[in-house]
Amino acid sequence: MSDPVARPPLRLVFVGHVDHGKSTLIGRLLHDTGSLPEGKLDEIRAVSARRGMPLEWSFVLDAFQAERDQAVTIDVTEIRFHTARRDYVIVDAPGHREFLRNTISGAAAADAAVLMVDAAEGLREQTRRHAYLLHLLGIAQVVVAVNKMDLVGRDPDRFRAVAEQAGRHLERLGIRPVAIVPVVAREGENLATPSQSMPWYGGELLVEALDRLAPPVPATTRPLRLPVQDVYKLGDKRVLVGRIESGLLRIGDELLFSPSGRRAQVASIESWGADPPPAEAVAGQSVGITLDRPIFVERGDIASDTAHPPDLASQFRLRLFWLAEAPLRLGQLLKLRRATSELVVTVEAIESVIDNETLAAAPAEMVGRDETAVVRLRARGLLAFDPVERDPAMARCALIDGYDTVGGGVIVSDAGRHGGATSLFTVEHLLTVEARAARNGHRGAVIWLTGLSGAGKSTLAMQAERELFARGYSVYVLDGDNVRRGLNADLGFGASDRAENIRRVGEVAGLFADAGTVVITAFISPYRADRDRARRVCPGLFHEVHVAANIETCERRDPKGLYRRARAGELADFTGISAPYEAPAAPELTIDTGTQPVEASVDELVRYIVDRTRLAAG
Amino acid sequence: MLDHLDALEGRTIYILREAFCRVAPLALLWSVGKDSNALLWMCRKAFFGRVPFPVVQLDTGMELDEVYRFRDSAADAWSLDLRIEACPPEGAVDPALPPAARAAARKTAGLRSLIGREGYRGVLLGIRRDEQAVRAKERVFSPRGPEGGWAFRDQPPEFWDQYKTEVPEAAHLRIHPLLDWSELDIWRYTRREGIPVVPPYLARDGRRYRSLGERNITHPIASTAATIDEIIAELEATRVPERAGRAMDHEAEDAFERLRADGYM
Repeated sequence: MSDPVARPPLRLVFVGHVDHGKSTLIGRLLHDTGSLPEGKLDEIRAVSARRGMPLEWSFVLDAFQAERDQAVTIDVTEIRFHTARRDYVIVDAPGHREFLRNTISGAAAADAAVLMVDAAEGLREQTRRHAYLLHLLGIAQVVVAVNKMDLVGRDPDRFRAVAEQAGRHLERLGIRPVAIVPVVAREGENLATPSQSMPWYGGELLVEALDRLAPPVPATTRPLRLPVQDVYKLGDKRVLVGRIESGLLRIGDELLFSPSGRRAQVASIESWGADPPPAEAVAGQSVGITLDRPIFVERGDIASDTAHPPDLASQFRLRLFWLAEAPLRLGQLLKLRRATSELVVTVEAIESVIDNETLAAAPAEMVGRDETAVVRLRARGLLAFDPVERDPAMARCALIDGYDTVGGGVIVSDAGRHGGATSLFTVEHLLTVEARAARNGHRGAVIWLTGLSGAGKSTLAMQAERELFARGYSVYVLDGDNVRRGLNADLGFGASDRAENIRRVGEVAGLFADAGTVVITAFISPYRADRDRARRVCPGLFHEVHVAANIETCERRDPKGLYRRARAGELADFTGISAPYEAPAAPELTIDTGTQPVEASVDELVRYIVDRTRLAAG
Repeated sequence: MLDHLDALEGRTIYILREAFCRVAPLALLWSVGKDSNALLWMCRKAFFGRVPFPVVQLDTGMELDEVYRFRDSAADAWSLDLRIEACPPEGAVDPALPPAARAAARKTAGLRSLIGREGYRGVLLGIRRDEQAVRAKERVFSPRGPEGGWAFRDQPPEFWDQYKTEVPEAAHLRIHPLLDWSELDIWRYTRREGIPVVPPYLARDGRRYRSLGERNITHPIASTAATIDEIIAELEATRVPERAGRAMDHEAEDAFERLRADGYM
């Protein structure tokens, strides 16, 4: 331990079939490397004696009374040990059927694995399952311990046969074992001291092989990925916080936020207690930054550099493990979490379920508990991600159903889209507003823009629509162009037809909102009475937004030349010129499009909509 | 590249911010020991100087005087929203427990009544995996039923820093941002950051407290480590477990397991 502060411990997961001796090996390894705390050996001796057993090394890890009584490990545990070269954190997981659910908790972030194989039994079902899991988790460094050599008379031929069997299986998973070591864990043979009884073995001791494992490659070498975790308001500063998953970040860097596509520069790296304040931050640090522009950024957005953005897709393939009692089914709705992003996804296709024994992949209708599979998911909206081959941190997902984590997996690169997959959706007979909102991930709403011609209603509506769509919203703009074409093709521009036009827009918007969509309407709608009638269609969902720019500004802009024509007397009853505009008395929101730049107005509107259509927590 | 302490701090701050973002109402349990002091320090980093939730001390009235003095001055200096929760008397806890465990169970009872009254959905705690074999099996976000019990046979999966942040009504989460830290990590971090230290940790007259607990159930160890540097040197050499001076851990084989299953920290 020359410089222990600088080096994190290596995380090692121990896997293998139940009863192949994992806990025993770990207990003995701790003892033989001098890592057991003082008094622990006496305690274990006493606990063993109380149960009428010889010294039981596995009691070092099996802390629960039930574990000791039943001589099984119940839950994953972590324990530290050290060799002369470095520190280790051992993750020990139960080998029985509950394995996956428990192991995944400690193993998912392991740097390397020790795979235990019983010399007499060879590879068993769980050995193969665990080996596949290592592959799934991307743990490429594996040391194989062939245990209980005493039960096969320390026979070199038996060792070679098991070693070959294990090596072949791992290689089919793309894993080349670092070493395969014959051991008798209970006696400590070939762990930290050479076995006197297996003189035919000239290879490495277990600890020698462990000490040769490579530490993890620092994520700083990859392109920047900063998932936004939260936004804090500190005085008048808006500070984006999050942990840098990959790469590094400096003041002045131009950031691209996905999926919105917004850009801004890093204005400062905020910190408490650092003097001078940092100019740079790297992967693994939790940071706070401010931007040079007031763009709308929220939890789940991914900041990258502009040259190496993540992929954007609403459909992607996940190599997954399934943990829930009930199987995963085609068409199922789940919540997907990846870093700080959260999206509603539908299982669009189960491309293959993997047989742990043969590693054969076959299409299936469902994925059972503890099975692994490749599935295609469709998300509401776009997910910014990297396939696992490019950046594991941006590919690792958890799947949630209700309160529970039911599975997880990594996004793998897409080998091309599959056509014609059948989708079987279960249909609820009584759909509630909540059910629709839950599927969409937001509530429906009517965002009723009102304002003078040229105030910027359409621009605002279209840009907000695009932005919300990228965020996964079900969103639609109603304006004169699409409404007058069909629905209101029978209406002219006289006073009563204009009132009917607005009435129908109000009704249609109400239906959209009830169906769960955020609908943005962009009509001058100059009369208070018309707008109030639209509000009555869907009282709780209606939001009146005054797009406020004064008549002089609008007339100066005159994008369609309408003011000029109205002044020339070519247009009768033109709002603001020859007909009144009744500004809203108490709008839910007023956006000053007369003075502030378009971008700021769009931000204001998007932020308002996101806030007001958010689902209740929990 | 980050060193080990930076990486630990980065993850702890991530967990604190995750808790703050997703769990409300939230409180931090402050024992005034080295671990929860380091945790508070990182709260101040995570939230830029301000601890944005109440800080609760479960008080049995049996802490060392210096602990109370430290508590009051730090609460003042760090502008904490300090709440002192008086624990019920020993007569109110399970008489079947061994004596030292009974004293510890007072805290469990205090915590239960605090959560019941304030309706906290999340409680931040400074426990670590390397302290004790039963704590080694904990999750970072650990759900508890209405009575605060720990269903250790049925813990939720937790991987890739995706945490269980939703629990049913009346249940709550114990949130453990320091699980990955070792005792040495805490002291090295305390030294690096200049975090104030409660005096009983430092040796006087050949003795110091390695783990701080109530006067009646915690014993100092023989030590000459009078500075943080000396504590670190001592720990690098020792093989004596940290909680050796905690009577409640050693009364029976499963003493600590029973305390925790019942809701102890």
